[in-house]
Amino acid sequence: MSDYRAEELLIDVIAAMLEGLGHVAVGASSPIPGAAALLARERSDGGMRVSVLGSRRHNFFTDGGRELFDCAAQGRIDAFFLGGGQIDGQGNINLVGIGDYPRSKVRFPGSFGSAYLYFLIPRVILFRQEHNRKILVPKVDFISAPGVSDANVYRPGGPHALVTGRCVFRFDKPRRRFALATIHPGHTIEEVRDETSFDFDTPDSIATTPAPDAETLTLLRGPVAEALAETYPDFAARVFGELVTR
Amino acid sequence: MTRHLSTVRDLASMIDSGARVAVPPDYSGCAMAAVRELIRRGVRDLHLIGVPQAGFQADMLIGAGCVGTVESAAVTIGEYGPAPRFVAAVKAGAVRVLDSTCPAIHAGLQAAEKGIPFMPLRGILGSDLVAHRDDWRVIDNPFGEDDPIVALPAIRPDVALFHAGVADRFGNVWIGVRRELMLMAHAAAATLVTVEEIVDDDLLADERTAAGTIPALYVTALAKAPMGARPIGLGERYPADDGHLRRYVELARTEEGFRRYLDEFVLAGEVPA
Repeated sequence: MSDYRAEELLIDVIAAMLEGLGHVAVGASSPIPGAAALLARERSDGGMRVSVLGSRRHNFFTDGGRELFDCAAQGRIDAFFLGGGQIDGQGNINLVGIGDYPRSKVRFPGSFGSAYLYFLIPRVILFRQEHNRKILVPKVDFISAPGVSDANVYRPGGPHALVTGRCVFRFDKPRRRFALATIHPGHTIEEVRDETSFDFDTPDSIATTPAPDAETLTLLRGPVAEALAETYPDFAARVFGELVTR
Repeated sequence: MTRHLSTVRDLASMIDSGARVAVPPDYSGCAMAAVRELIRRGVRDLHLIGVPQAGFQADMLIGAGCVGTVESAAVTIGEYGPAPRFVAAVKAGAVRVLDSTCPAIHAGLQAAEKGIPFMPLRGILGSDLVAHRDDWRVIDNPFGEDDPIVALPAIRPDVALFHAGVADRFGNVWIGVRRELMLMAHAAAATLVTVEEIVDDDLLADERTAAGTIPALYVTALAKAPMGARPIGLGERYPADDGHLRRYVELARTEEGFRRYLDEFVLAGEVPA
């Protein structure tokens, strides 16, 4: 068994969801999704473009803040990442606050582009490393962006999966709910049930999330770390710098 | 004609209490020296528009009691954590928040830029943003069938305020790829800019600079303000003063600490260059 960091497993599992796509965009404050996109690009043999917000070198937008959104609306972006202060079992995300709006008890920064990108980008991967009952709730206090829409609403996009520090859920669009897909090494189904306060489907057999292989770790600690360090120097140094044996 | 003002104070004096002021996010050139002048003057009831979000300048202006309404996709100081004075003002009900989403801010400004009353935008339907914005409408696509779409009113700021690297003596301002600043200038009734330097060349004379230049046509007034974005950074010219910002965040956790910050770096002193 090789030694790897928890972040490296998450990066690897997200990168696998991006295989074969043409253009992946990464929003602000997203080092793990950013590393995953850059890893998928390394594996794509030149087939994938990646736009990392906040980067100068790995970002080819030249028309200001609106270009990402216009690009998404035209179907020019295949995958994106969103998180949430709260995420519920229908895939609704809350980036605004906890408690009664507008005088939220806990106020988050705001919805950013979520209310729009969630509708227009085909494969939106929800990512939140922390996984507990306060975050994964039955119903969000404020819907920044809904997980599903009525049939008459123009919506080529939506949730594809939810990746946390404990497991991967796939989103089942027709059933409008999550299904547990894999559990990360060292975690258990009981723990996932205990720490998740929304209902989800559990297939009969649940696999363990595969650990990153040696080739992946070489890519991550080499070219991916180097590309990511431009935008996320602290993260790159912490995660890919000195390897601590687990 | 673009007015060339000799001080940042003169520039800031063109912003009245109650004005609708569009500002960029922390990574796009913020006129922090002008923001400190607004705080010193004690302007009130600004309607701050984050294009599409706002950072330290919003937090400071809100904490200093200068803001009545903040209209933005987010108020965020990124890796430094939650924006402390914004969060406190929301909890106290001391500021009205018009929660938006990035493309809605861009689209509203684009409507103003085109001189049309509204802009339709995909997405957003079913979001609580729509439920809480009584100025937004869900309409039927007039060219489709059973196709609901959100209509957003034009956002027409009284003032666009930002900081850039270079202007020329004619009042043209170079912004490079930061074209949200161009959008702000097109949409606003007046555009006020602080710059690092004013050069003798004509930025419009060379296509290589002209493409990234806001023509003087849109620039109401300019003032030179070296290190005018400090304590935050300006593109590749200078980085943020990380130590200073961490100190701000620490102090601004409490009302009293924030007052101490204002005394030291705004009212009695200045932010170090």
